Amino acid sequence: MSTPLQADDTVVVIGAGQAGVQTAEALRTLGFTGAITLLGDESHAPYHRPPLSKAWMAGEMDAAQLVMRSPEVLARKNITLRTDCTVRAIDRAAKTVALADGSSLPYSGLVLATGSTPRRLSLPGADAKGVLALRSRDDASAISAQMAVCVEKGLGVVVIGGGFIGLEVAATARKKGLTVTVLEAAPRLLGRVLAPVLSDWYAALHRSHGVHLVLDAKVAALDVDAAGSVSGVRMADGSVVPAGLVVVGIGVAANDQLAVAAGLSCERGIVVDACGRTNDAAIVAAGDCTARRVADGSLLRLESVQNATEQGKSAAAALMGQDRPFTATPWFWSDQYDKKLQMAGLSMGADAWAVRGDMAGELATASFTVFHFQGSRLLAADSVNASKDHLTVRKLLDAGVSPTPQQATDAAFDLASLIAK
Amino acid sequence: MANITYIESNGQSTTINLNDGWSLMQGATANGIDGIVGECGGSCACATCHCYVDEARLGDLPAPSAGELDMLENVASERKPNSRLACQIKATAALEGLIIRLPETQE
Repeated sequence: MSTPLQADDTVVVIGAGQAGVQTAEALRTLGFTGAITLLGDESHAPYHRPPLSKAWMAGEMDAAQLVMRSPEVLARKNITLRTDCTVRAIDRAAKTVALADGSSLPYSGLVLATGSTPRRLSLPGADAKGVLALRSRDDASAISAQMAVCVEKGLGVVVIGGGFIGLEVAATARKKGLTVTVLEAAPRLLGRVLAPVLSDWYAALHRSHGVHLVLDAKVAALDVDAAGSVSGVRMADGSVVPAGLVVVGIGVAANDQLAVAAGLSCERGIVVDACGRTNDAAIVAAGDCTARRVADGSLLRLESVQNATEQGKSAAAALMGQDRPFTATPWFWSDQYDKKLQMAGLSMGADAWAVRGDMAGELATASFTVFHFQGSRLLAADSVNASKDHLTVRKLLDAGVSPTPQQATDAAFDLASLIAK
Repeated sequence: MANITYIESNGQSTTINLNDGWSLMQGATANGIDGIVGECGGSCACATCHCYVDEARLGDLPAPSAGELDMLENVASERKPNSRLACQIKATAALEGLIIRLPETQE
């Protein structure tokens, strides 16, 4: 859009998750008064995803508590929510989106907040009943229901993939008293994001909670019984880990199919600039579905609540003709058992690490932060039950200030003093 | 169950009847009270559900955890002695009639 949205313009938002809701509401905050239609392909109103792998799966929340925005609340902001609504195509020339029911919607500004889809195992038996992945509320409910079956029948749970989703599900399954095996293909857990020393710590944490953890795991196939249900995971050496539930957490792929079909620039996601703009001036994108072009020209894919909300705000501003680049330090968190991991910054390229706090002592009382350095520059830090460190590091990274490794390690040194005033 | 009154920074007052176990953040977002954001879904990870609890009733609330106290250091509006995170306060009969005030901004 060469000109910003006008008062009587129409915005269509494809995707009613964190990024879609954020963009729609940010448009209102910025004063846009035209029509906004929020299209969700699930039957539920927008809900919080973070609790899905934890409190929701554990049965500690009711559906109403999971609600992010009810249709009534959205209606009060003059945002029309359409659930069970699947988009078939985008016609950029006509500026319309075609819906699965055969109708079409015109737009002046279009927001793509289509999210991501869990990668599937390409192994024999991967389609069996009881082989599940986690993305949506319904996915989480299905996993929870199958966990109940496993409790009743004394069957085990196997988690394929030692990433955040898999490990959070493993922790929830242990909470329910289930026998849990985590199979990770790499030599360590969370290898792409954590420092090696923290991968080892998380492995010890899960083992201390009774998880059977297999690293360098080579999965060959899923065994399926006569009824079509999974019965176990067959390893390359021929051994079988019995299971009544297999949760597959091996990453996600951006939902960029609509954008690709419409000829938008896509590369492992919908390519956007720091302000959420695509290569079509009338179309912005936000959240898991994007690949953001960053300063050095490379593409950055982040899958996080913060990314969805920040890009949502940027995308809304872009439609209003304003530049609001997402430049904040990326942050992320993961709750497993009673441990809260909080990550600030991006650790790719780190070549040295420093630990602050008590990492080597009792797991029960652990509270520490692992700092990632590249040379003398602080890239990122991962805090476990150390929110204060986490928040300080976010401020340090925002300000571009690096402590020395000695300062980072010295618990008596006040890191905040480096940016005070 | 408890009736909780949320007063937004513009003076708008809303009273909501919360079931036991609901957090004050959940009650606010489910009812469209804009002064509470609750970005992280109640994980004590984002500090966007900051509220000021009626001082006379502070004693009726369980004390904040170490994690909540740490996150309170990152709130966008002024932190006061009666600052709390609404996601960490669960409704019980003891909170009947509680009034919380919401800050001007959460981000």
